[in-house]
Amino acid sequence: MRLSGVNAVSKSVVWRSLLLLVAMGCSLPIPSWAESPLQVPQLVLEAEQQRIAAIEKAKPATVSVFVPGGAGGGSGVLISSDGYALTNFHVSSPAGVYMRCGLPDGKIYDAVIIGIDPVGDLAMIRLLGRDDFPMATLGDSDRVQVGDWCFVIGNPFLLASNLQPTVSWGIISGVRRYQYPAGTLLEYANCIQTDASINPGNSGGPIFDQRGDLIGIVGRASFEKRGRVNVGVGYAISINQAKNFIGYLRSGRIVDHATLGATVVTAPDGGAVVSNILESSDAFRRGLRYGDEILELAGQPILTANDFKNVLGTLPKGWRVSLVYRHGGQTKQTLVRLPGVHLEDELLVKMKGALPPPPPQPQPERPSRPSNDDPRQPGGDDEPAAEKTALEVRIPAHVAALHADRRGFANYFVNQQFQTKIYNALRERFPDASPKTRWLLLGQTPAGRDVEIVVADDFQRITLAATEQVEEQRLELTKPAQLYEAIDGRTPLATLTTLSGLRRMIQRGPEQYGDTYYLGTVPLLGETPLRDVLVGTTGDIETRFLLLDDQLQAIEAFAGRDRDPAELFLHYDDDESKLPMVLDLRFGLESEFIVNVQSWQTEPITEETD
Amino acid sequence: MNAKNANLAWLRGCCGALVWGTCCVLSSWAVAQPTLQRVIRDSQQRVVKIYGAGGVAGLEGYQSGFLVSPAGHIATVWSYVLDVEPVVILDDGRRFTAQIVGFEPTLELAVLKIDATDLPYFPLPENVEVSRGQTVLAVSNLFGIATGSESASVMRGNIAAQSKLDARRGTFKTAYDGDIFLLDLIANNPGAAGGALVSARGQLIGMLGKELRDSATGVWLNYALPVDALRSVIGDIVSGVQRSPPAAATAVLPEDQAHGYETLGIVMIPDVLEKTPAFIDTVQADSSAAVAGLRADDLVLLVDGVRVDHQQMLRRLLRKRDRRDPVNVTVQRGAEILSFVLQPVPR
Repeated sequence: MRLSGVNAVSKSVVWRSLLLLVAMGCSLPIPSWAESPLQVPQLVLEAEQQRIAAIEKAKPATVSVFVPGGAGGGSGVLISSDGYALTNFHVSSPAGVYMRCGLPDGKIYDAVIIGIDPVGDLAMIRLLGRDDFPMATLGDSDRVQVGDWCFVIGNPFLLASNLQPTVSWGIISGVRRYQYPAGTLLEYANCIQTDASINPGNSGGPIFDQRGDLIGIVGRASFEKRGRVNVGVGYAISINQAKNFIGYLRSGRIVDHATLGATVVTAPDGGAVVSNILESSDAFRRGLRYGDEILELAGQPILTANDFKNVLGTLPKGWRVSLVYRHGGQTKQTLVRLPGVHLEDELLVKMKGALPPPPPQPQPERPSRPSNDDPRQPGGDDEPAAEKTALEVRIPAHVAALHADRRGFANYFVNQQFQTKIYNALRERFPDASPKTRWLLLGQTPAGRDVEIVVADDFQRITLAATEQVEEQRLELTKPAQLYEAIDGRTPLATLTTLSGLRRMIQRGPEQYGDTYYLGTVPLLGETPLRDVLVGTTGDIETRFLLLDDQLQAIEAFAGRDRDPAELFLHYDDDESKLPMVLDLRFGLESEFIVNVQSWQTEPITEETD
Repeated sequence: MNAKNANLAWLRGCCGALVWGTCCVLSSWAVAQPTLQRVIRDSQQRVVKIYGAGGVAGLEGYQSGFLVSPAGHIATVWSYVLDVEPVVILDDGRRFTAQIVGFEPTLELAVLKIDATDLPYFPLPENVEVSRGQTVLAVSNLFGIATGSESASVMRGNIAAQSKLDARRGTFKTAYDGDIFLLDLIANNPGAAGGALVSARGQLIGMLGKELRDSATGVWLNYALPVDALRSVIGDIVSGVQRSPPAAATAVLPEDQAHGYETLGIVMIPDVLEKTPAFIDTVQADSSAAVAGLRADDLVLLVDGVRVDHQQMLRRLLRKRDRRDPVNVTVQRGAEILSFVLQPVPR
């Protein structure tokens, strides 16, 4: 029964594709096959086989999302074998924590919310119960061109009651589309437009290229006077945008998008020119000024204000990316830290407003369908059903065990898991820390001057040994406020600020450090691979630990948002090394203090006279 | 099969645009067939976005058009969007204010002109062969998606039928009653009107029409006007055969020698706007207008072949006509376009 269902779907698709190809008849001398038996040219047969193969490759990872209690649903796509799947925020939001997901294998899996991106309309969920889920191959959406064949698989009109998804084929109608925010929150930047049928219920599902590689997450369509059905204009969030956010979404947070702290207009004679800039922004500190022309952002060429919005809209808050601009006739290349579009509270408030209202209680006299007034209203793509509210649904215990509430998070449980993992990695690699011990680092400056660094709970010191030219220098911190002032004053003492942050984390762990959370993944100095980031705030200092494969590569200590943080880079001999060979303190993009490390040890505090 | 001939015709058409000529020849060497992407890119470069009046009361302030000459002639649909001087944005992002150089009410066709040269354009070939089931591409600025320098949207589908439009019987409210291509493709969305319908080889085969809805069933029509119906009119306008004569060409006559509303026997609706449409409010009995057959609520479109934008323009035009001469008037009555000759009534 199930098998025949699969075959029926593929066959109809195949026949349709065959007819279309024959109808195109562009390059092929078609024999007059009206009177003779059907002879299909080899090229058509090959194209048919490729199409079948692409659909067969893509289909198993497609998810039919159902909100328990009959409160709607949509589509999704698996991107990892341990069950992580992408869907739309507006599909997952009516469900909240718990969803039921069908796969084309005919089975239904419980799923738990992981992370949400209300601005980009993305959500990550995790299907439970297997570690060998089928998963989609992620493509490169920057290479998608108008005219490319593509197909959408999903759950339109929630038709997949037998869990067999619907396939619709089409072409790419437009790329690098910018869709203005609908309502107050959602913004589709650099999105893909297709004429493959996209209907309510396709939301959150995958769009594939003709090889069956995932190029986007379907999310929106232009509806107007013809009602809420496909009119040949659907949009998908590019998979390259999703890739930027996957690490953030896995953190369990409610994530925000980036801004530059500057606005840009297209100049009359072309070029994207800064029309306004905040003096508190990192872009301003890196030299960007009113009237400068932006040439590149995050490695993407910028020719118009539209390009600028398209690229910026696909970047997460807090990333540091490359920026190339022209200032006074000179081309400058730098890195900028991107602040968020929203303040944290603002995002949470707006998100509440953007949530669709809970489905109405059965009221025969009132129609339950949403109105068609708003032509591009993205919410409610899912099919609402009015019988029950999602709120009545009880979350199964094994799902509830994988979820924890905390303000600003979709699922704090997964965030805690990452915190613990990173804490364990740090503890594993760095010397112990306790109130009765201190760290002693010995090394040399690049000029050969001996350096001794001491880090204890309430006392830190850098000693530069005497040379023939200069006397010994001792720089001590004895009050917590001095840790902050070291960042503010851009002094080598900020080395101690970053190291005491690290020592505090190792000594106390994320629970006792202060306000701690796992941010997700970010580039380091604008470069991939993406690094895991653990954030801890104590006192007025926010410290970020950047790790790649459990190796700590940088510590950033912020004393307020309006000035450069102290950045301590840790350079290693190789990927296996536990302790760094070099510590490099930087502000902005300039090195302030470098130490070649010879030893890094824990020693008991004795009553010596320091 | 005439695939080869059609290919050559496509090449000839394409080489008209110098920039792309070379590319086409090269690609035809390599694969003897333009790729879909190549055809689409070429077509997008020949389609323009048009912005004008609208943006209120559910009326979109934008539509589509396509270049029909290297000198910047643009074919589009005649609509309220053109009530103000339209702004045209080319595929390369350049922005122009366009002049309306001609229009044909029965086709709901207008031709605009922008001040540019060496533009890629669609030739209007004779004897375009179109068959049912043929794959077509619709290239347009539907829903105004393509903001700024973004390229027009492309959709793919098939010709479903070639048929007459049930216009005169009031099923579809349009002045056009010729042949159309019915499309298996949801092409006629807001803003798509005036877009190009092209073959898989990039040959222009039609112009996407205005949104039409069957008044009986509520079904929206997906259709295009065949290039055969448009060719001669576009050709005449582009070559200058049909042209609105410059307003200053004829001298204004003294009021007592010229035509006016009174000499024709019409009363217009109150002229209270900057550009009040030239709707007739009442027709006086036994006047030349009444004898010719004009009626209340007719909208005056043309006077002696010259387009009437608004009432001030109508008055100016009439002031240049000797009251002893007959006047040709074309009006829109409901969905119909009608022409009348108003003979002076002896006093």
